[in-house]
Amino acid sequence: MRPFTKRPAAGLAATTIVAALALSACSGGASTTPTTAAPSAVSQAAIDAAMTTKTDLTFWTWVPNIQDEIDLFEKKYPAIHVTVVNEGSAHYTKLRTAIKAGTGAPDVAAIEYQYLPSFTQGNSLLDLAPYGAAKASGDYASWIWSQVSNGSAVYAIPQDVGPMGNLYREDLLSAAGITPPTTWDEFAADARAYRAANPDKYFTDYPGNDAGAFVGLLWQAGARPFGYDGKKTVTINLESPEAEKVVNFWNPLVKDGVVAVDPDFTDQWYQSIANGRYASWQTAAWGPVFLQGTAAKTSGLWRAAPLPQWDASKPTSGNWGGSTTAVMKSTKNPIAAAQLALWLNTQHEPSLMLATKQFLFPASTSILKDPAFIDEKSEFYGGQQVNKEFAAISATVVPDFSWLPFMDYAYSSYNETMGKAVADRTDLAAGLKAWQTALTTYATQQGFTVK
Amino acid sequence: MSQIALTRRGPELVAVRPHRRGGLKRRQAIASYLLVAPFFLVFLTMLVLPLVYAGYLSLFRDQLVGGTVFAGLGNYMRAVQDPLFLEGLLRMLKFLLIQVPIMLSLALLFALALDSGRLRLQRVIRLTIFMPYAVPGVIAALMWGYLYGPDFGPFAQAARAIGLPAPPFLGSQWMLGSIMNIVTWSFVGYNMIILYAALRSIPTELYEAARVDGAGELRVAWSIKIPALKPALLLTTIFSVIGGFQLFNEPNLLRSLAPNVIGVGYSPNLYVYNLAFVNQDINYAAAVAFLLGIVIMIASYAVQLGALRRERRS
Repeated sequence: MRPFTKRPAAGLAATTIVAALALSACSGGASTTPTTAAPSAVSQAAIDAAMTTKTDLTFWTWVPNIQDEIDLFEKKYPAIHVTVVNEGSAHYTKLRTAIKAGTGAPDVAAIEYQYLPSFTQGNSLLDLAPYGAAKASGDYASWIWSQVSNGSAVYAIPQDVGPMGNLYREDLLSAAGITPPTTWDEFAADARAYRAANPDKYFTDYPGNDAGAFVGLLWQAGARPFGYDGKKTVTINLESPEAEKVVNFWNPLVKDGVVAVDPDFTDQWYQSIANGRYASWQTAAWGPVFLQGTAAKTSGLWRAAPLPQWDASKPTSGNWGGSTTAVMKSTKNPIAAAQLALWLNTQHEPSLMLATKQFLFPASTSILKDPAFIDEKSEFYGGQQVNKEFAAISATVVPDFSWLPFMDYAYSSYNETMGKAVADRTDLAAGLKAWQTALTTYATQQGFTVK
Repeated sequence: MSQIALTRRGPELVAVRPHRRGGLKRRQAIASYLLVAPFFLVFLTMLVLPLVYAGYLSLFRDQLVGGTVFAGLGNYMRAVQDPLFLEGLLRMLKFLLIQVPIMLSLALLFALALDSGRLRLQRVIRLTIFMPYAVPGVIAALMWGYLYGPDFGPFAQAARAIGLPAPPFLGSQWMLGSIMNIVTWSFVGYNMIILYAALRSIPTELYEAARVDGAGELRVAWSIKIPALKPALLLTTIFSVIGGFQLFNEPNLLRSLAPNVIGVGYSPNLYVYNLAFVNQDINYAAAVAFLLGIVIMIASYAVQLGALRRERRS
C-alpha cells in the first residue's frame, strides 16, 4: 500500500530540487506549502533537474494498455520510473480512502471531470499552473478547459471527452421508412411510429440508472443544474425551464411505453443493443468504439449523427463522460508528476496514441484536427468517418458547465429519485423534484450554502 | 450468544479437567492459555479495536464543509429517524420471517431423509445438497442473476417458448423473493450438515426401544429426532438471523442488473457501505452499523429466549 519507498536517491533528489529552486531567484517555495495566493511558476531549470533525478511515480488509471505511452515517457526521461496501477471499479473509493488515511495515494491519477470538484473541495489536488499547465489551455475547447480550471488554478489535464451524438441502425430505420431525426420533435414522432410498427422493439432506450447520460442531455438543452464556487456555496437548480423542457419531452415517451427503460450497461442492455431491440443509442463520442466491441455481429449496420436538436438552426451538444489526469497534492515529486500528466495529454505522439490505440476520444484540439485521427474510416459504421463526425460535434458543446463537489452522491441519489420514476414509468417531473430535494438536503447536511 | 446450544451439546467445551497433581494442572493451564492466545490476539486487534474505533467515530460528524465536530448521539438520533435505514431493517425482518423457516424446514427434511438410511447413494446426495455452499456468494449471485435475466435468462426464454410472459424475477415485486431463493439455495446444505451431524449423535438404542414399542419411521422422527435436534435448530436459527440481517453480496451484485429496484438502502449492510463509500459519511455509517449490530443482538437474544420459554413450558 505504500508506493513511496524511501531511497537515498529520493532524498538526494529533494535537495537538488530545493537547491535549483533557491537558485532560480524569486521562485520561493513554490507550491510545497498550500497557499491561497497564486503560486509562482516553477523554472525550467528546476524542471530539468527534477526530470533527470531518479524518481519513482505511481499512476492510477483504468485506461487499458496505457503502459505503451508510459514506455515512451520512460524512454524520454530514463531517470523516471512510472508504476501503472489499475484499481478497477474501486478506483475512487481507494483514492479517497488513501487521501483520508494520509498515506498510500498515487502521485498521478485519472479522474473524471465530474469528480474533480470533490477532490479540489478536500484540497487534494495539486495546482498544475506553476508547472506549465497554464500554457496548455490553448489546446482545449473552452467547455473542456473550464471544467479542469478555476480562475488561474489548473487542477487536471484533460485526457478524453464525450460530446454526445446519436448512433442508429441504418437498416432498421430505413426498413421502417424513417430518416434519422434532426430535431427532438421529429425524434418523438419517429419513436412512436417505430414502436407502433414494431411491438417488440424500441426506437431507443432511456435508462433510469445513468445520471451521466441524463445530465448530458440537460447540458445540451442549456440547463446548468450544478455549480460550485470552490469554497462553501453550491448551486442546485434542476427546476430551470431548460431542465423542465428535457424532462417534459421524455415524460410521455416513458409513460406511454414508447421507449425502453432498461438500465444501461447491463446484460439485458448489451443483448438488446446487439440483437436490434433498440434502433438507436444517444451516446457520447466514446460510444462508437464501445459499440463496436459489444455488438460486433451488427458491423456495417450502424451510422453516427449529431444528437437531435431543440433548435435546428443552432446545433448544440452536451458532454457525457471523459476523464483527466490529475496530480495528488500529497506527491513527493510534484514536478515529475506534473510533467507526466502534461506530457501524456499534450504531447502529440502520446495523445495521438491514446486516440488511435486506446480509442479515447481526444480532448485536445490539435488531435481533433489531425488527419491521422479524423480521416479514419470505420467499417462498423459502413465506412463512415465517425471520428470526423464527433470532432465536429465536439465544437458544438455548450461551454460553462460545472459540477457539484459531491457528484458520487448526486449520481447515486439520481437512481433513487428520477431514475426510479423512469424505471417505474411514473411522473418524471416528480422524480426530478425529488432529486432536487435530495441534493439540497445532502448539501445542507454537509455544511454547504445552497443557492 | 449460542451458549445454551453449546453447553447442552458440548462435552467438547470442557477444556481443562481437574487433576490431582498441582504442577501438571498448572502446566496444562498455561498450555491452554497459550493455545487460545492467538485467537484472542486476532480477536482483539481485528474485532474489538475496530469496534471501539467505529464507536468513537460514530460520535462525530465530519462534514465536507466545516470539518469534524463532536456530535454525541446525534448520528444515532438521525439513524432511528432515517427512512432508508428503517425500510432496510423492515425488509430484512420480512426476509427472515419468510426465508429462515423455509430454509431450515428444507434442511431438516433433507437431514431426516439422509439419516433414515433409506436413500441409496447417500454420500453423493449429501455432497450434492451441500455443494452450493461451496460456491462463493459472489459467484452464486452472478449465476442466479444470469438465470433471472428478463430477456436472455433460461427461465425467461422457456416461458416465452410456451407463449407466457417472462417472469419478472428482477422486478420490484419479485426481487426479495429472488434473493431469498439464492440465499436458501446457498445455505440449505450448510444447515443440513449441522442437523445431520446432530442426528448422528442420537444414541441408536432410543430408536430400537421406539421400534419395540411399535413406532414407525415418521413417529421416530417426530418424537425422538426432532426434539433431540432442538439445540442444533436453535443454533442454525441464530446463525441464519445473524446472516440474514447482514445480507450484502446478493443485493449488491443484483443491483448492477436492476439498479432502480435495489436502492442504496435495500439492506442495512448495503446502506452502511453506501454511506461510507459513496456519501463519504464515515461517521454516520459507523453509527448505523452499530445500531444494526444492536438489532442483531436483540434479535438473536429474542430467538434464544423464545426457545427457552418453550422448553420450560413443555
